[in-house]
Amino acid sequence: MITLQHMLSISSVLFALSIAGIFINRKNVILLLMCIELMLLAVNFSFVSFSRFLGNLDGQVFVFFVLTVAAAESAIGLAILVILFRERRSINVEDLDTLKG
Amino acid sequence: MLVQILFYVFSSVLIVSALGVITARNPVHSALSLVLAFFSSAALWLLIEAEFLAIVLVLVYVGAVMVLFLFVVMMLDIKVEQVRQGVSRYAWLGWLTAAVIIAQMLSVFWFRGLGVDATVGVPPSPINHSNTRELGEVLYTQYVYPFELAAVILLVAIVAAITLTLRRRPGLKQQDVAAQVAVRREERVHLVKITPTKRKASPSDEAISS
Repeated sequence: MITLQHMLSISSVLFALSIAGIFINRKNVILLLMCIELMLLAVNFSFVSFSRFLGNLDGQVFVFFVLTVAAAESAIGLAILVILFRERRSINVEDLDTLKG
Repeated sequence: MLVQILFYVFSSVLIVSALGVITARNPVHSALSLVLAFFSSAALWLLIEAEFLAIVLVLVYVGAVMVLFLFVVMMLDIKVEQVRQGVSRYAWLGWLTAAVIIAQMLSVFWFRGLGVDATVGVPPSPINHSNTRELGEVLYTQYVYPFELAAVILLVAIVAAITLTLRRRPGLKQQDVAAQVAVRREERVHLVKITPTKRKASPSDEAISS
């Protein structure tokens, strides 16, 4: 039988992998956005499993809102990425140093 | 037993595809691995009877967000070698952080305890139980204002994404809608008074009358 421990373990492994992904792909903005999506998925995972195993539906409602905000965030993030590429012809994080003092 | 087998199958697919997202050399492969990760987590959510959110995850993420990601990855023409250089300098730190986080979390979940009894499963719901209906009942009553706020957030996201990527080319001819709407009758229609004149009889008229 699946228990809360199993689901939370999967969720934490997913979260840790996405943090490792941010360290590994720290040059590429689009991969950073993908790692953030993965991280949000891990958080949603633990929301859903707590909601199921504690018998409270509020967690699933919260996942609904997190999905909404994540969709908005990725749409705006990708729009920013597109205009960034149009201006600089690059999506390397190290090229984005205009605000450096 | 079947549920357990499915759980282990889908969770191993999920972990492997998450590894694929963070280690793939090509961003397109990363995006496709992320699609697989979303699919397998939707299957896991189905296993713990969160049916509505599982379907929404597939529809919203796989159907919309990941298509947007793939579209942007393919549109941007990224040079992979240039992006990949200098990757391994901090990679060990990333793996170390991940290992520490996993060890801490698993020790809490499996040995320390959460304050709730996390070792028991929940029996399956009765056959006519509807997760969508249950969720809808709280979403449209208790959470109706947050729900409308979420709609506003989506609207703001649409407007922001369009205005950010809108490109104004110089020398482009376009309609000025405001000027078109604000135009008055006097500016377009000009009435001229014409005095009527009597037409002379032409030869063809005479031929008909005779």
